[in-house]
Parts: sequence; structure tokens; C-alpha cells
Amino acid sequence: MDMKVKQKKLNKKEKYTVQTRDLGWEPTYQSKDKIFPYVEYEGIKIHDWDKWEDPFRLSMDSYWKYQAEKERKYYAILDSFAQTNGHLNLTSARYLSAIKIFQQAITPGEYAAHKGFARAGREFPGAGTQVACQMQSIDEIRHAQTQVHGVSNYNKYYNGFHDFTQQRDRIWYTSLARSFFDDATSAGPFEFMIAIGFSFEYVLTNLLFVPFMSGAAYNGDIASVTFGFSAQSDEARHMTLGLECIKFMLEQDPDNLPIVQGWIDKWFWRGIRLLSLVGSMMDYMLPKKVMSWKEAWQIYGVENGGALFNDLARYGIRPPKGWEDADKAMDHVSHQLMLGLHQWNFGTSFHTDVPTEEEMDWLSAKYPDTFDKYYRPRWNFMKEQAEKGKPFKNMGLPKLCQVCQSPGLYTEPDDPTMLCHRETVFENEKYQFCSDHCMDIFNNEPEKYVQAYLPMNQLFQAPLYGDLNAWMDWVSLRDGVDNGDYELSEDKKNFDKWRNDVKSNSVD
Amino acid sequence: MPIKSTKKYSVTPRDIQKNFNGKQLTYVSWDHHLLFSAPFILCLSPETQFSELVDEGILPTLQADPDLDKINWHEVTWLKANKPWVPDFSKSLADNGLVHKDQIRFHTPNLNTLCGTK
Repeated sequence: MDMKVKQKKLNKKEKYTVQTRDLGWEPTYQSKDKIFPYVEYEGIKIHDWDKWEDPFRLSMDSYWKYQAEKERKYYAILDSFAQTNGHLNLTSARYLSAIKIFQQAITPGEYAAHKGFARAGREFPGAGTQVACQMQSIDEIRHAQTQVHGVSNYNKYYNGFHDFTQQRDRIWYTSLARSFFDDATSAGPFEFMIAIGFSFEYVLTNLLFVPFMSGAAYNGDIASVTFGFSAQSDEARHMTLGLECIKFMLEQDPDNLPIVQGWIDKWFWRGIRLLSLVGSMMDYMLPKKVMSWKEAWQIYGVENGGALFNDLARYGIRPPKGWEDADKAMDHVSHQLMLGLHQWNFGTSFHTDVPTEEEMDWLSAKYPDTFDKYYRPRWNFMKEQAEKGKPFKNMGLPKLCQVCQSPGLYTEPDDPTMLCHRETVFENEKYQFCSDHCMDIFNNEPEKYVQAYLPMNQLFQAPLYGDLNAWMDWVSLRDGVDNGDYELSEDKKNFDKWRNDVKSNSVD
Repeated sequence: MPIKSTKKYSVTPRDIQKNFNGKQLTYVSWDHHLLFSAPFILCLSPETQFSELVDEGILPTLQADPDLDKINWHEVTWLKANKPWVPDFSKSLADNGLVHKDQIRFHTPNLNTLCGTK
């Protein structure tokens, strides 16, 4: 009788090595150049891929186990939220404007990041890098899916959620996020890692997720809070990957420094422009506010980011070029963008309002140097006009920045009364920008940005030729239903009625 | 700086004038007047008279601004591509040297009542 030889059980570290590093075999009948054709053209020099430190050493089977456990918890809570009419515990259905923007602009970004990491995992030669990118790719698609499932419950009761995939591509404010992720996913694999892995996940992610999840908790949105918890441990892994990646690039060759610094400058600025949307959300869209955008920037930008760049100084990295201008703008951006969103709210798949007196007092306390001086007069004017029955709408469609695709509504860094106008000519064609930093990004790679799909410029081309009603159909906006002021909306009417039904015995 | 790429990278810009059915875009801003959040787009034929751009483009768009009726158009100063510029109201956009996607700005002295410098 044959005796079975008992095999030694591998410990976690050995298992990890067998399941990842051992996959990086030497090719025999194809050259490495042909297998990894995109790894050199960006100019980054890597001498030894084995120097890549795997921050988590997670093998696929443990990854599946952890993620499955989180999914079970998430969907259990989501089910109970749906079954107990959790949406009626929101502070106000007005809060959902923030969720609508998140779903239309950020959730598709998660999906884009999933595609980007899948590609980066294929294009990098190192086995450790490949596995880390593969896991992040799966994380990102899981985030996109769980977010869509989370808001699907709101979609049963409220307007504006119905067509976020089209709106991601076609509507105007979503193009801040769309163009950001299009730019990153069409870059080379190393730039993609700095764009998403480092700048977005490491430098800026806390500015997005912490305020967003706290806002959800403060406003009774258990569905989004639960998503936040489910994503949190992934985010920690993503941040570590981003940091590891930048250190790896910088340690491999001194020639990498200027290239990496250029990408940090670029992606910090692109990110901070994109996050203006979060600023307006925090300062204006949350009925119960958490902290101001400026306070969030102080904590998660200035303090955390400052410490990070101190740490990276030993590699020769300095803080991003646009840091100072971003800091100056923190007293202004959320107001400037929200005033724009409100005056163009005939073209938004969410509702806006002039802030109440109580909210304006809060804004005034949070922005003592700027709100009463520059922004309150504009809101007051709009309020008076609405009371006179002539609500202020801006039918002048905005000029968009060729790079960040934001309306040109930002002011000069040192003059909040003057819009920032920048332009350049490339191959006999004019291009307009919102800031010096966006213009610099363009000038560095003009061939890339001349292709930008600017939604407002497209509106004047075939097949719409400037027809605003046809545009509404094109972007799946139902006029008078999805757009306009919250006070006049069906969302408000329904929410108030359902809430009242919960606590009274009125008969219709 | 030319873009880094693995092979020849040639593209056609997306917003060339040909795509606008013979018209051209002009971006307009009123300096120190921020009630209207951003420069706005006018899509007009290059043959349009500059006075028409003002009467049928600028005036109806900015109607809600209480300063609008007080403008003395003889005192207004203009910028094109951020440089001082004097338009001829009786000439066309093309004859005024306005090209596709030009940005023009106008400045109204002593008239900065709403949300401007005062």
C-alpha cells in the first residue's frame, strides 16, 4: 500500500511568493520588449523590478475571502435600509443632490479606474506590481457596482438618477470627472499610477471620501455610509500602493525625478479642480453640514499633504506647483462653482437652491474674509429676483476650460472680482483655459488636449446646432422634473408628503 | 513640448470652425461683473456685424444685470485675447479680426455695482 506523503502546509508568506512572484517567469520565445511594449516610452527607467516592495502581500484567495465578507455585510444593511424605507430618515431629499452628482461623476470614475488598473497590471513587467494592480482593478469595479446598488434604492423614489451612464458622457458638470479619468486612462502606465495611484488615491482621496462619508452619516444616508465602510480598507491598500509606486520610481533612477515631479504638478491641479465639486457639495448641498470645504482642505490638504511632501523631500520632490494657488482659492471655489451650478440649474440632473439665511450665516462664519464681501450679495440678488417672480437664470452657455473642462468661473488668484482668462494658439487654433496651471498642462501635450470633448462647444455642432431642447433629450434631462430648484421640485413634494404620512393619519 | 508616443501621433482638433456650420464661437465677459458666473458663448457667422453681436448677443443674455441699461457704450473699453482692442461696430466680426474661439472682454468704468470691486 502506498503511503501518502504529507505535504508541508505553506505559511502565508510562502503562499504569497508561490502565487505571485513565481508567476514572473522569464519568457523564452518572445522578447520582453514585445510583451511589455508600453513600459519605456514615457522615459521612466527601471533597472530591477524585484526591488518592488509589495505593501500588503495579499494572495488572491485571502483577497476573495475578505471581500466576500464585506459584500455580505454591505448587502445585508442595504436590504434592511430598503425594507424599512430608510430614505425617509434623510435630513431632507435636498441632500440627494450630492448623491446624484456623486453617481453621475464619481461612480463612473471608479469604473474608469478599474479599467486603468487592469491595463496597468498588464503593461508593467514586475509580478508584484501586476498583482497589486489586478487587485486594485477588482476593488474599483466592486466600488462602482456597490455604489450603483446603493443608490438604486433612491432611484425608485427620486428623480435625476435614471441615466447616469449617458450623463457621465454628455452633460457638462460631469465632464470635470470624465475628462480627468479619460486623461489618466489614456496616459502611459507610469503616469496613470501617479495620476490615480498617487495624486488621487494618496494626496486627494481623504478630501473626497472623508467629507463625503461624514456628510452621508450626518444626513441619515446609511446606504452611502455602509458603502464607505466597505471601501475603506481597500482605500488604505490603494494609498499604500500609490506611495510605494512613487518611491519605487524615484529610487530606481535619478532621471525619473523631473518626469515624476511634472506628473505630480499636473495631477494635483487636475484633482483639485475636480474636487471643487465636493467643495460645493459640502458647503451648500448638505442640509446638515459637517465642516466647510476650507476646513477640510486645512486638515486633509495642508496638514496631511504637507507632511507627505516633507517626507518625499528626501527624494527631491517638492510640493505641487499649483499648491499655493489652490490654497488661495479655498476661500472662493465652492461659492464660485455653486453660484454657477445654481444659475445653470436648468441643465443639471439634480436640484439646487439659494441657501437659507441660516446657511448663509454659517457660510459667513466659515468664510469670514470672503463670503459676506463677495458671495452673499450675489445670493441675495438671486433671492430677491426669485421673490419678485423673476428667478435668475443664466442662459449664456459657459466657456469651458480646454483641460479641466470646468466653466471659466474661477477668478484670478489675487483678485476675486476678475475672472481668470488664459489662452494660447496651437497650429493656428485658439484654446481657452481657466488658469495658468491648466494652460501649462495643455502646453506640455497640446496634441492630446486639442481632442477634448467640450460639452458646450459640442452643443453648437451637429446634430444639435445650439438647440437647447434637443440637448435636454440628448443628455436625458426631463425638464421640470430632474432639474431646477429643489423648493419647486417633485422630489421635495414627495419627500414632504411621505414623511408626513409616516407620522400622521391624513387622508388624501 | 511634443507629446511622447510609441508611434506617430497625428490628430485633428475637435472644435475646428468647419464643424460649426459656417459659424464661429466668440466668448464674451463683462469685467468685474460676476453675477453671470463665466464667459458666455455666442455662435455667429463671421459676417455678423459687431453691433449685432452687442445688440442681439450681449444685451439679451445679460438682461438680468441691473447695470446693463446704464452702460454708456461710448465709454466702454474692450480687450481681445487679453489685449486692448477697439472694435468697429459697423464692421463684421471677420473684418474686426475676430477669429473662431476668440475671447473678448468689455470694461465699463464707474459701473461695478453688483458683486464687483465695490
